[in-house]
Amino acid sequence: MALTAGFFYLFATLAVFSAVMVIVAKNPVHAVLFLILTFFNAAGLFILLGAEFLAMLLIIVYVGAVSVLFLFVVMMLDVDFAELRAGFIKNAPLGLMVGGILVIELIMVLGFQVLKPGIAAQASVPIVPGASNTAALGRVLYTKYVYFFQGAGLILLVAMIGAIVLTLRHKEGVKRQSIAAQNARTPATAMSVVKVPSGGSMIPDAKPARVPEPVE
Amino acid sequence: MQAAAQIFSDYILPLLILAGLSAVLLGLLLVIIAFLLLFDRKVWAAVQLRRGPNVVGPFGLLQSFADLLKFVLKEPLIPAGADKAVFLLAPLATALFALSAWAVIPVNEGWYGKWVMSDLNVGMLYVLAVSSLGVYGIIMGGWASNSKYPFMGALRSAAQMVSYEVSIGFVIICVLLCVGSLNLTDVVNAQKSGLGTKAGLPSTLLDWYWLPLFPMFVVFFISALAETNRPPFDLPEAESELVAGFMVEYSSTPYLLFMLGEYVAIVTMCAMTTILFLGGWLPPANVAPFTWIPGVIWFLIKVTFVFFMFAMVKAIVPRYRYDQLMRLGWKVFLPLSLAMVVLTAAFLQFVRYA
Repeated sequence: MALTAGFFYLFATLAVFSAVMVIVAKNPVHAVLFLILTFFNAAGLFILLGAEFLAMLLIIVYVGAVSVLFLFVVMMLDVDFAELRAGFIKNAPLGLMVGGILVIELIMVLGFQVLKPGIAAQASVPIVPGASNTAALGRVLYTKYVYFFQGAGLILLVAMIGAIVLTLRHKEGVKRQSIAAQNARTPATAMSVVKVPSGGSMIPDAKPARVPEPVE
Repeated sequence: MQAAAQIFSDYILPLLILAGLSAVLLGLLLVIIAFLLLFDRKVWAAVQLRRGPNVVGPFGLLQSFADLLKFVLKEPLIPAGADKAVFLLAPLATALFALSAWAVIPVNEGWYGKWVMSDLNVGMLYVLAVSSLGVYGIIMGGWASNSKYPFMGALRSAAQMVSYEVSIGFVIICVLLCVGSLNLTDVVNAQKSGLGTKAGLPSTLLDWYWLPLFPMFVVFFISALAETNRPPFDLPEAESELVAGFMVEYSSTPYLLFMLGEYVAIVTMCAMTTILFLGGWLPPANVAPFTWIPGVIWFLIKVTFVFFMFAMVKAIVPRYRYDQLMRLGWKVFLPLSLAMVVLTAAFLQFVRYA
């Protein structure tokens, strides 16, 4: 459909605008919300390119999970912006360097397309024509790159276990609920009927309760 | 003149057709939801031996529309310390994300093609993604209210929705393994043959995935209740204990939008249950009297049936405690659904494709 071009410019403009707003916004929560908008527009661009699977993953993983945690942290922390700005000049060279490397990489990727137009066809794993991109990605990930894929999964698993080990603390003396023990209760284990003699006590060999003398 | 006609037929006409179809779909959806809302209240009332809404219109049929008017005509209050833009964006986002899920939900298929706005190849993932976005309305609303109680409510709600998404994802993977496609129309068509046809019967309700994937059907149903903050998992709102959680500061139309988003999400989940497990628009048996009824009617009947189950759960089951909710999500559903994914994959690998 010819509408594609119009939507491309819409998504691209919004993506650039919201990416700029991420660093310009004064309020950190607004910055994160603009970041989410950027992700959305990137997902829109992916769909226009025909990469629906990547677009949905971007939304599920980055917008649905990562940004939620981001937003949590930013909302809970009391970020002092004056302090952050003070470090701006000091860290500017480093930031410029990282940004510069990214720009060079992007130019390399896009430049090769211009210099050698047929390079995409010479990919080490050629794209199967007609396959849906979910199936195509799966075929590559689980055959050619299966060890890398599993390795990445293992690294994530180790990171997860590490995070749990670092934060899990069992406090002593805290009452916990044991559902199994609760469900296994029977009247026999849960209660006992005791005959209490009048004026006596349930505790054997205890002194009889002292009746308080009336106050005059 | 030629160029103008070209632009019109290339750009404006498709856009107009899309917009018109979307408007029809949304209009029908909202009217159906208005009546489902009344149905919900009537079921709830019947369980408690009350009459329910019965004043506005015959049998109270117009109650939802009266409520709509009431909400819209009230004065929206915005707290002085609130972040105005985000405060108003939150209910809009909730309603918008909930409604946008309906772009990929197919309601029928026949010689006239598929009844779906956008026949996306990754429809299932799209619904999962959009339903996971519902959490943003809640977080934004809770934070922008600039008050402790909505914020606490928002945190609880967000934690709940994020945890149950995981098991919904695994359930969807189970169905996806059986179907071999993420397209929702393919999911329904895959249910034309199954356990029943293997036994020699014509295509019936025994072929639908609720039977072979029964544990996942139950997990999906309960997770859908939790994901949409529906009782017995309505801890974010818990009107008798917490006032209204993240919605404390909202009034009038913004509040209406929150409620609308919630109900649309519930109906979306009912539709997803119908498509994934109850055979979508397929008739319960592919024989004469059932096949006379158009598929879209079957779809509606099934959605209403799942909604009825939602309503009965609301009426019958008491509210969960928060730690029990988390325990159920992470310690029961997550291992169960993971095990089922492995089991389903192993079964398909060794039995069906052997």
